[in-house]
Amino acid sequence: MSGFKVLQPGLLTLIQDAGRIGQHRIGLTTGGPLDSNAFDWANRLLGNNANATALEVSIGGLVMEAQCDTYIVLTGAAMPLKINGTEQEGWCAHKVQAGDRIDIGFSTAGARAYLAVSGGFTVAKSFTSTATVTREGIGGLSGEKLQQGDFLPAEAAPDQQVYRLPEAFRPDYTAAVSLRVVTGYQQDAFSDVQKRLFFSSEYKVTDRADRMGYRLEGPQITPSIDGILSEGICHGAIQVPADGQPIVLLNDRQTIGGYPKIGSMIAMDTARLTQLLPGSAVSFEEISIDAAHNLRCLEQARFARTEPEAL
Amino acid sequence: MKLEIAGENALILYFGEKTDPAVSAKVQQAVDALETALSDVLIDMVPSYASLLVIFNPLACDHLEVRRRIRTALSDQTEGETSEGRLVSLPAYYSTESGPDLEDLANRANLSVEEVIKIHSEMEYRVYAIGFAPGFAYLGEVDERIAAPRLSTPRQKVPRGAVAIADRQTAVYPAVSPGGWNLIGLCPTRMFNPEATPSMPVQVGDRIRFQPIERDEFLSLGGEL
Repeated sequence: MSGFKVLQPGLLTLIQDAGRIGQHRIGLTTGGPLDSNAFDWANRLLGNNANATALEVSIGGLVMEAQCDTYIVLTGAAMPLKINGTEQEGWCAHKVQAGDRIDIGFSTAGARAYLAVSGGFTVAKSFTSTATVTREGIGGLSGEKLQQGDFLPAEAAPDQQVYRLPEAFRPDYTAAVSLRVVTGYQQDAFSDVQKRLFFSSEYKVTDRADRMGYRLEGPQITPSIDGILSEGICHGAIQVPADGQPIVLLNDRQTIGGYPKIGSMIAMDTARLTQLLPGSAVSFEEISIDAAHNLRCLEQARFARTEPEAL
Repeated sequence: MKLEIAGENALILYFGEKTDPAVSAKVQQAVDALETALSDVLIDMVPSYASLLVIFNPLACDHLEVRRRIRTALSDQTEGETSEGRLVSLPAYYSTESGPDLEDLANRANLSVEEVIKIHSEMEYRVYAIGFAPGFAYLGEVDERIAAPRLSTPRQKVPRGAVAIADRQTAVYPAVSPGGWNLIGLCPTRMFNPEATPSMPVQVGDRIRFQPIERDEFLSLGGEL
């Protein structure tokens, strides 16, 4: 069998495809890449299927050995990529050969990078997806993060044209972030004053920020109700527990819960949020659901018309 | 029915405001109706006690159209027609050995341990929601006499199969996890088994009855203490 051997797993490296869809009714969450934009680019630069299985590398520290001839690409956070000790460009496909050592260093901007391989890693699906959700012990190789000595199966790839995403189109993970929120759910439980406070204040990412949710810290927001009858939670939902500090619920969130929610952040912006490290400042901006749809369609169109550059 | 925006690609339908089998039945009817009516734009649904979260693909359809299609599909929903659901029996080994909070709960309720077991196992429960974790079924409602608030400090580790009570809800923990519910026994039936088909013995709308069993039977059914 051909593929990659994991020499060092890094801080938190997870096998992810686009996510587990249609399984909420048995309590399974979606999983999938936190930064779907960077994930989509990783697969597109290799000409992969949009749902091909890649690695989400948080913070960095992954070292692998290729055991077949293929192509790889690293997108997302600025993590130094080395092949056999030589520094290589991110957002750009590279040929690797059996025996090559691939080193991913620690990020200098952003928090998550995506390492894709031609054709995707050939990992068995569990409940329609390879997405790892460690809290549920589902997906990946054994429901766990990568371990030293793991083997990631992948097919050898024939020689092909390589592509890079021109620098002008790459996201800047150091830019200030205003996160757009569609108000909804229990928004009536937040008075105009509380809403204004929320949308005009600065919040900081705390160290309790993971794939389940990002807990933020800032001016306390007080809803008029303590809790609600437990109900479904969508991606990006912003719940406000008794301490008044908002939590943005992400890919590995629990599917139902009983805290009041002021609304939900759009997916384009949760992708940006999850590139932030603890201590980063964020602010929120209210938008309508129509504006959110427009942004989604524009982003889709932009992704489709942005042509990678052939090398 | 109240229909509200939940996010850029999600609407939430409210059928009531409290735990009620008739409301839960409406949620179930809506799940069935919308599965067909929205099949081309639906991403997922999350039914719960009195609500249904509908997640759709905003590139295929805007929220106004989804709203219209939901209204149309549910316009002939009949009032209070409670579906029976399947009746599923779950074995439970109730004891102070398998349920560390059983004695406290009995003392607080001014009941004997035997009475608590009798009250818990005589009632038929409805599966109102599945979520929080894979296979975690929210069952209701327990008799008011044995309702008990969550522990002030949640346990770091609740064993798989723990039969538990929180307020008027009861549940079986599908996997080892942290938890603040009162533990009164252990169920040897696995509530979530990724290798099995189906992976869960129950679904929303089913009725559950706990069948008290002895220690020996619990162990012979694969239970672990």
